[in-house]
Amino acid sequence: MKDKIRIASGQGFWGDLLTAPVDQVTKGPVDYMMMDYLAEVTMSIMQKQKMKDPSLGYAKDLVPLMETILPTIVQKNIKVITNGGGVNPEGCRDAIFKAAKKLGIKGLKIGVVVGDNILGRLDELKSKKIDLKNMESGETLTSVRDRIVSANVYFGARPIVEALKQGAQIVITGRTTDTALTYAPMIHEFGWPWNDWDKLAVGVVTGHILECGGQASGGNFSADWKSVPDLAHIGFPIAEAFPNGEIIITKHENTGGLVSVQTISEQLMYEIGDPTNYITPECVADFTTIKLEQVGKNRVKLFGVKGKPATDLYKVSMSYADGYTAISTLTYAWPDALEKAKAADQILRTRLADLGLKFDEIRTEFLGLNSCHGPIAPMPDIINEVVLRIGVRGHDKNAVERFGKEIAPLILTGPPAVTGFAGGRPKPSEVIAYWPSLIPKTAVEPKVIVEEV
Amino acid sequence: MKLQLLQIAHARSGDKGDTGNVGIIARKPEYYPIIKKYVTAEVVKKHFTGICLGKVERFEIPNLLALNFLLHETLGGGGTVSLKNDAQGKTLSSALLRMEIEIEEQL
Repeated sequence: MKDKIRIASGQGFWGDLLTAPVDQVTKGPVDYMMMDYLAEVTMSIMQKQKMKDPSLGYAKDLVPLMETILPTIVQKNIKVITNGGGVNPEGCRDAIFKAAKKLGIKGLKIGVVVGDNILGRLDELKSKKIDLKNMESGETLTSVRDRIVSANVYFGARPIVEALKQGAQIVITGRTTDTALTYAPMIHEFGWPWNDWDKLAVGVVTGHILECGGQASGGNFSADWKSVPDLAHIGFPIAEAFPNGEIIITKHENTGGLVSVQTISEQLMYEIGDPTNYITPECVADFTTIKLEQVGKNRVKLFGVKGKPATDLYKVSMSYADGYTAISTLTYAWPDALEKAKAADQILRTRLADLGLKFDEIRTEFLGLNSCHGPIAPMPDIINEVVLRIGVRGHDKNAVERFGKEIAPLILTGPPAVTGFAGGRPKPSEVIAYWPSLIPKTAVEPKVIVEEV
Repeated sequence: MKLQLLQIAHARSGDKGDTGNVGIIARKPEYYPIIKKYVTAEVVKKHFTGICLGKVERFEIPNLLALNFLLHETLGGGGTVSLKNDAQGKTLSSALLRMEIEIEEQL
């Protein structure tokens, strides 16, 4: 057994800093790199791409990235684990195999995890009395059944560990909990049993720290952002994991950013609910047991984490089409910038009403004044300029499209000193709503396929 | 004495559907009892009048000197449904740090 492994965070979301994973595998030693690509509605975007082209449906950025880092990870034997496979992990694997062949790389093993995609099984599950009701509102699926775009189960680390066991150097999954990408290597390397809840929980907490990339190492740091060195060259977080369950969070030397108890604490607060019950497929972690200690420059020790047994359920993430939105902006300058923006808003609303257009919501915000803090924000004495931001949402696509044609006319037929109408008429964009649910673990089975090029 | 939360705490916020979460962290261990005493769920609900339309839940994480607040019905429907500029509640953290509290203690 290794006495220590180093797990690097490479991407915190689909669209993250493209140089980060390259830096992680070249600027210092690492054994594993995890890359998280999936936000709540990402799967629906990928599902739509796959419907247009059956070979797509994964994070396309992954392919050129892997092409860049393949020679390095093969030479250094760094293993890469990612959920960027989206709704087509096999298609993603094939594209990476193609890149490997182009580079003349042989003997590369890639593992994929499938079985999370239950879009084609919804009727079968219904016949088995698995109703997939909305876990927040309690509504039954029937109300949106015809409009479901994607449906995926959140698997944990088990199938990833299985792929690593079979020798995969790259593991590509579909919907997997973000945290599993980080603790799977710990279980694989250290042989932690699946009922050692405290060890699993420390792995989960480490995963939560790594899953948002630079947000744990000085990015978006509210305590004292000005003190963070060289954000231009921010080093993404790295977890040094030890067999006894002790973890050190750090980053490569000679990179920017900051790893401190404060930066880690902020990340631990991100997107959590009840801190005593952080539920994952393989354990329930208790964030009120986490202990952090600064043990060196950019080195924070994580210890003391307690966990509880896993539940019998997997979380399911579904998305459904729910109408259209369009959003546009205009900028009004001094004098009377806010008054003019408000007048323009009223003129626009009157015209929309005169046209008989119906929307579920029309929302107006004044950027620079209140779009972030709403009524909490005090008004400044002098307003130099203000951006009128107006958006509509509705189920009538034509109405939403027509709204887009009513913005530009305000420039010549509304209050003066207005500019900033860029990018043409806003087009209706489809609303993809989120449907969280739960499913018995017995109803789904992850499948692991490891292949060699 | 009167103070603004920003002086004694830092924060991060995020989203889960239409619910925003705001975690605030005391800048020093001696500030934790103060935020715990004064920054109650009721006070936070009042602070977010017009923004948080649902209930506010509070959880204590003393080991991290932190409180976590869940602000229900806050993000205009959340995700891609929301028309808000800040549909993911990223700035709810700094909105909470603007809060002014009157405390009996001396810092």
